[in-house]
Amino acid sequence: MAVFAIFKRELKSYLVSPLAYAAGVVFLAISGYFFSVILLATRVADLRPYFLNLGVILLLVTPLLTMRSLAEERQSHTDELLMTLPATAAQIVVGKYLAVLALYAGMLALTAVYPALLYWLSDPPAGPIVSSYVGALLLGGTFLAVGVFTSSLTDSQMVAGLLCFGLILLMWVINWLAFAMTGPIADAARQLAVFERFDDFTKGLIDSTHVLFYVSAIAILLFLSVRSLERRTWM
Amino acid sequence: MIQLVQVGKRFGQRWAVQDLTCSVEPGEVLGFLGPNGAGKSTTMRIVTGYMPPTTGSVRVAGVDALDDPVRLKSRVGYLPETPPIYGEMTVRGYLLFVAEMRRVPRHRRRRHVDEVMERTGIADVADRLAGRLSRGYKQRVGMAAALVGEPPVLVLDEPTAGMDPRQIIEMRQLIRSLAGRHTILLSSHILPEVASTCHRVLIINKGRLVAQDTPDNLSARLGGRRQLRLEVRGSRQALEAALAEVSGIAGIRWPSEPGHEGTTVAELDLDPVATDGQAAGDVREAIFFALASRGLPILEMRSLDRSLEDVFLELVTHEDLESAAKA
Repeated sequence: MAVFAIFKRELKSYLVSPLAYAAGVVFLAISGYFFSVILLATRVADLRPYFLNLGVILLLVTPLLTMRSLAEERQSHTDELLMTLPATAAQIVVGKYLAVLALYAGMLALTAVYPALLYWLSDPPAGPIVSSYVGALLLGGTFLAVGVFTSSLTDSQMVAGLLCFGLILLMWVINWLAFAMTGPIADAARQLAVFERFDDFTKGLIDSTHVLFYVSAIAILLFLSVRSLERRTWM
Repeated sequence: MIQLVQVGKRFGQRWAVQDLTCSVEPGEVLGFLGPNGAGKSTTMRIVTGYMPPTTGSVRVAGVDALDDPVRLKSRVGYLPETPPIYGEMTVRGYLLFVAEMRRVPRHRRRRHVDEVMERTGIADVADRLAGRLSRGYKQRVGMAAALVGEPPVLVLDEPTAGMDPRQIIEMRQLIRSLAGRHTILLSSHILPEVASTCHRVLIINKGRLVAQDTPDNLSARLGGRRQLRLEVRGSRQALEAALAEVSGIAGIRWPSEPGHEGTTVAELDLDPVATDGQAAGDVREAIFFALASRGLPILEMRSLDRSLEDVFLELVTHEDLESAAKA
């Protein structure tokens, strides 16, 4: 109930903010460019190369979408309303997260034009396309949770956005450690590599361990956001 | 209705509030006075469940703040110092959101919000963006948000800040009309405001309770030394000579303000009032006759409103003197 009310309010406020539209335009413009260029260059009706480049776009767009999430509430003092309405910090965080996730899902849904175009031109297998979308939702969902978390740490949207960008970039390159080292550190780095896991989805594989990895990453990040939100009022 | 027992709140090394014990009866309006940084807002935030106390216990409407913060929050309406407004929402949309969060049943929400907007005088801006409103209107929208869902306890942090004089009067009327139905804790640094709206006043300084009484008793206690402002046509020498005859004047100050041609302004400290309250009137009469007999026309004579700063200084210095005497 409280989650739904917060979700609705948050989504509405995204839909009247220029930021969401700017992020949407950037996302779709770069997506469209990647898709078209790849299609024209390879002449193969395959979405995989597009999805492999999705990470770059998400690296750019997710900090923009999430930086305001909790930081803005502090900045505009609305947290004093939100935190004194009958709702727990968990309900607030989940409501806000689901709103930005819905926004991202909406943007992703608009890219359905590309597979539609491919089906019009050719007859690509449906499996990898579906699994790629599932993967894109999980990967983006994880990044958005990173953003909600960094937004819970600070009053400044700038700082929140920058931290989010940095963390996502780190998650991207963390598996480089696996080349530089051996032993448990390398193993851990390989486990944490978010893009390696996403790669399997683009091949048409929905591996339950990967799904579990993303879902638990989201859960942990949201849990940390809740704790950080609670802790700020304790100090 | 509200019970604070030895409440303390520490931020890092600094105690913002310390050892605060007080209670508010159902239907009562309790005024919270204190200078900036005295711990007013912190105490109010603790009562609303925004932040938990470091020490002590808080019970609001029978709910312990640490046991069940969500239930406590459902019983408290809060107007913070800065109205917590989502600028991109319309006033109505904003209040409907608050109503939904406060679990006002769906079929009653619109009517309830309309009614609250009517009461707070914001019905005419119902469909405007909240962020575009003037400070006074934002304040009233914040007040409306506190009222949505009819919480039994209202916590109002400086409810008249940023309002023009007419709006202030309306806000005070609104608060008075809410007394009885709601238990109200309000903060202010304007003494007359508290005197005109509150049943009881609590003064805090440096996070500690300094005094707790009815406004009347408090002004009686603090009104020990009254002040008069006098504007007279005549020279300073003549006025000084005339006032020398009047007993009951403890001191005279000569504020160098640009008066009119040929007039003199004096501020008089009067001797402490006798408990029957008659002395002040007597001094004024004596001044009138003394000046009249010397042909000095009184252009203006009025009591100086005591600002909280004065009251405060007085209370705090008294405290300091007492503790010095004990030591």
